[in-house]
Amino acid sequence: MKVLVPVKRVIDYNVKVRVKSDGSGVDLANVKMSMNPFDEIAVEEAIRLKESGAAEEVVAVSIGVKQAQETLRTALAMGADRAILVVAAEDVHQDIEPLAVAKILKGVIDAEQPGLVLAGKQAIDNDMNATGQMLSALLGWSQATFASKVEIEGEHAKVTREVDGGLQTIKVKMPAIVTVDLRLNEPRYASLPNIMKAKKKPLDEKTPGDYGVDVAPRLEILKTEEPAERKAGVMVGSVDELIEKLKTEAGVL
Amino acid sequence: MAVLLLAEVTGGELNLDATSKAVAAAAQLGEVTALCAGASAAAAGEAAAKIDGVAKVLVAEDDSLGHRLAESTAALIVSLAGDYEHIVAPATTDAKNVMPRVAALLDVMVISDVSGIVDGATFERPIYAGNAVQTVKSKDATKVVTIRTSTFDAAGEQAAAAVETVSAAADPGLSEWVEDHVAESDRPELTSAGRVVSGGRGLGSEENFELIEKLADKLGAAVGASRAAVDSGYAPNDWQVGQTGKVVAPELYVAVGISGAIQHLAGMKDSKVIVAINKDEEAPIFQVADYGLVGDLFDVVPELTEKL
Repeated sequence: MKVLVPVKRVIDYNVKVRVKSDGSGVDLANVKMSMNPFDEIAVEEAIRLKESGAAEEVVAVSIGVKQAQETLRTALAMGADRAILVVAAEDVHQDIEPLAVAKILKGVIDAEQPGLVLAGKQAIDNDMNATGQMLSALLGWSQATFASKVEIEGEHAKVTREVDGGLQTIKVKMPAIVTVDLRLNEPRYASLPNIMKAKKKPLDEKTPGDYGVDVAPRLEILKTEEPAERKAGVMVGSVDELIEKLKTEAGVL
Repeated sequence: MAVLLLAEVTGGELNLDATSKAVAAAAQLGEVTALCAGASAAAAGEAAAKIDGVAKVLVAEDDSLGHRLAESTAALIVSLAGDYEHIVAPATTDAKNVMPRVAALLDVMVISDVSGIVDGATFERPIYAGNAVQTVKSKDATKVVTIRTSTFDAAGEQAAAAVETVSAAADPGLSEWVEDHVAESDRPELTSAGRVVSGGRGLGSEENFELIEKLADKLGAAVGASRAAVDSGYAPNDWQVGQTGKVVAPELYVAVGISGAIQHLAGMKDSKVIVAINKDEEAPIFQVADYGLVGDLFDVVPELTEKL
């Protein structure tokens, strides 16, 4: 079985996000970029499937700017076998919408015929939480989102999902789209020898046109603003003072 | 302008809080038809009919809809979609599972986690874990929207609207339910609770988390946790408050032993009153707290629990 893993280049999760003062977006120039943390978990799971013998090949795919090459090299250094980069934007500030990403991925999947797609449940930049579900719809495949456990059982996958109030286990027909949640695994760090080896692994470059996809956005971004700030509060000196303030000032007790 | 609203139905029961908040938001867009789907959904339909702003309720009952599986639920919504300009749901995990699938089947973009409605095509939504708010205008004919319920007040009650039944779409048979592991608890549900007490890594162990639970029970509050506490195994994941967990906006939020990472703040900074208890006076949580108390939580929390 071949496993396909879409990965996205996003602002590093440790970097403080700065909203541009003209409202045009978030400043991404000269900011540290990394692989979306949920996608790292997906890559890790795919590699573990290969190590356990359930998968033969792991293919990483990224859709975005040319610099997403680095993200794909990270996936290759972790253990993916080869990579496909679909260059869909020139400006690092241009985000390709999940619908267009899903359409391009459908094209890649039609060509690659994987038995399983493992994707992050959401990207930490646009927070849409949509690409996996949309891809599943376009392919007419089964979907299992927010996975905290994945077991391949022949023609099916048994997936435990993180849902409101607890966990749900479902059995989906393969081929399937599985989107992964935080607790599925802890991604490995790439070792230096593997980082060197990754430089020699194949990385194909494509364009959206190769798959006949128009990436023009459906949502026009009118403005991007800082969220409303909370007023600075007060420090209290004791539990008694805290209870007093909550009773009289805040009126919540 | 008609709106189809997917009501939150679990095990045949309506989640009134999430659904009525989504109705309040959807009513700004047009006349609301609420869809209640499930293996049994008639009782949920009757409850939904009494939410102020619901003009009509559609009830779809079929075994294939029994466990909110995405494929069959999305097929049902798409079969009804032609009559509506907006398709709306509260941003629960179930709706986040289903709605992007609906959008792709209709060849439109989904607009997730909407925190503000500007007009019928223009919406505000948080991005970058709530560090920015984006205003987007949809060019699609049908707008598929999930609503961040913590930013809308629940709709009130009304005399019951009409209830009709509709048929499920053909079951694509792609997935089947195996089991649910639902945590049983007498405490209020985290996302709708009026008071929340959350613990962080400062608790140090799963056993010590009992301090949080005792304080919560004294306050009649739900229990939450930071991602650090969940990752450390002190608390189950469905207690997690933050961008990668649940978003809450209670009247009172008490953060104990939580440093206040950006991703946690994203899940609770819309709370009306925030109390922070931490031994580190430099902790970022104090920058969003209305009342901060610097101290050892192992002294402060038992004292607070006793004196309340």
